[in-house]
Amino acid sequence: MPMLELVEGKLIRVDTTPCEEISLVVWRGGAQPEAGVSALVLPNDAPAEDVGHEVNAFAAVVLEFPTFKDGRAYSQARILRERFGYGGKIRARGEILRDQIAFMVRCGFDAFEMETSKSGFYNQALLDFSHVYQPAADAALPVWRQRAQRAVAAE
Amino acid sequence: MYRYDEFDAAIVYDRVKQFRGQVERRLSGELSEDEFKPLRLMNGLYLQLHAYMLRVAIPYGTLSSKQLRKLAHIARKYDKGYAHFTTRQNVQYNWPALVDVPDILDGLSTVEMHAIQTSGNCIRNVTSDQYAGATAEEIEDPRPWCEIIRQWSTLHPEFSFLPRKFKIAVTASDHDRAAVRVHDIGLRLHKSLTGEVGFEVIVGGGLGRTPIIGPTIREFLPKKHLLSYLEAILRVYNLYGRRDNKYKARIKILVNAEGVDRFREQVEQEWALIKGSDLDLPVCEIDRIRVYFSPPVFERLPHESASLKESIQSDDGFARWVRVNTAAHKQPGYAIVNISLKPIGGVPGDATDAQMEAAADLAERYSFDEIRVTHEQNLCLPHVKKDNLFAVWTTLKQHDLATANIGLVSDIIACPGLDYCTLANTRSIPIAQRISERFADFDVQENLGEIKVKISGCINACGHHHVGHIGILGVDKKGEEFYQVTLGGSAAEDACLGDIVGRGLSSGEVVDAVERLVDFYRGERNDGERFLDAYRRLGPGPFKEALYANA
Repeated sequence: MPMLELVEGKLIRVDTTPCEEISLVVWRGGAQPEAGVSALVLPNDAPAEDVGHEVNAFAAVVLEFPTFKDGRAYSQARILRERFGYGGKIRARGEILRDQIAFMVRCGFDAFEMETSKSGFYNQALLDFSHVYQPAADAALPVWRQRAQRAVAAE
Repeated sequence: MYRYDEFDAAIVYDRVKQFRGQVERRLSGELSEDEFKPLRLMNGLYLQLHAYMLRVAIPYGTLSSKQLRKLAHIARKYDKGYAHFTTRQNVQYNWPALVDVPDILDGLSTVEMHAIQTSGNCIRNVTSDQYAGATAEEIEDPRPWCEIIRQWSTLHPEFSFLPRKFKIAVTASDHDRAAVRVHDIGLRLHKSLTGEVGFEVIVGGGLGRTPIIGPTIREFLPKKHLLSYLEAILRVYNLYGRRDNKYKARIKILVNAEGVDRFREQVEQEWALIKGSDLDLPVCEIDRIRVYFSPPVFERLPHESASLKESIQSDDGFARWVRVNTAAHKQPGYAIVNISLKPIGGVPGDATDAQMEAAADLAERYSFDEIRVTHEQNLCLPHVKKDNLFAVWTTLKQHDLATANIGLVSDIIACPGLDYCTLANTRSIPIAQRISERFADFDVQENLGEIKVKISGCINACGHHHVGHIGILGVDKKGEEFYQVTLGGSAAEDACLGDIVGRGLSSGEVVDAVERLVDFYRGERNDGERFLDAYRRLGPGPFKEALYANA
């Protein structure tokens, strides 16, 4: 599967071999992830808490979008990043619409299994919005924080 | 009223630009209708029976006169000269051309309005009490909290693809005009025993196929924790709400399946993990937003107005309108004016461009530039001096906006029904029109007192029939329109679901049947007893008998 990865705020095509995948069931059965190589495939009806901090033993986690309407993986990604401090790749697999990529990036995704020929088109989607209202798993400052900073600067 | 700063303006502008790109890709054929559908639905653009329908958000139902004039302008330029106000305090245009929609959204953005999240499985426009900031009943103005929720929920990266749509309502009065018990989340500001103000959090109410009066999952939530608590609820819902069946996907189904206690536990557990985070706004931002909703500079006036008294004595029509359509204001010498969008025989909630402009002019001149939209599909001028009521009424009358029927039997909620909607089984509007014509006599209506008639053209219940004192649900029986009557529902602080009393009535029978119900009530009521209270006292039996007598 071709893949785009987020590198310094831009989606670029990567040709590296995807990680060796371990399903949740296999991992629960005792399979050990290999450092820097293994990817955990977490179904979107499995609580991220079931993996917990052990997720950090994986180089990547694959989260699934069976259809673009099924938004469970957005929550899973945020929990992995924000609650368990996961620092590896979070890869989106499944049906991904152009206008969803910015949401995914905000929730902590940084790899996308998708058609790479239109990477310019998808990169444009990351620039659609100049501000955000709420904190998420990314570094974007919510507007209330920007307002507060401006108010302090004005004093 | 809230005013956009450059951040709010930029976000709406960015959205219009994004949507213009999407429409261009659709019109050029680059996107198929199937691919375009999820995109347009994120911008309130539906494909209805005859045309596209554009739904525009009116956050918590508050409009300035400039905004209402823009809505009028859009109705005239891009539609057929009218617009439709909805039960979610929004406005709908029934006939826009796709190619014009980006220009419409552009125009809206110039008056700080948009169609973001007026459709799709996301957090929809937050609704509230139309008397907010004007009624003496409230603990505090709920609108700053609505605006805080609006901003937090706008383009929320985690909650834009929920199992199903999600509606939040906020009230701050004992008298609930926002129907908080029939929303996905209802928030009621109230005072704790120690005098602190916070929210009662109600989750999992709703109408539709599975009507449920929402249970309270938290009696008291300190105000400062509102957003982290909402985020916890939404996260539990996003992860565990059903997605296999769209009719079982609303949060009410999850709350019911888990049980209130287990659901509460899940929310509290999630909340404990996120409440210390950056989600809750700092006091300075809450205060910044609150300032926009500071009360207008009222004049110091005596309670009573001599000129009002005189006009009431000299004009019976005016006197009736004052009795029926105005409400008490917290400020001495002022009144809240309700503008009925239910003329006898008219389409509930429709307003022409000229009517919208007239209301906008009145708001500018007499109501500190503010208009409210009500969930009962009327408008409201929140702050009118009693001295000016006669002038306001005179202008309203010229524009057929002075129907004195607020809360009365002809003030009917009706969904668009089969006249517009692809989901409907039957028409709703003609039933509303015929009931209204049957009770056209204003002496009769006023004498009957409060009777809430609510009509839905299908089981999805957009016309709120479950919570009507008299609810009417259209069902299709072998290609013929039938109407099932429910009795004794309420969407107010005494919220409850109506009882289904029996078999459906044909379109020809239903108006006579409603009249028999009302006649029966009139014969049985005690002094000052509302229809609903008489129903609760007497029970369904005798009403059922009246409903089907001669039928």
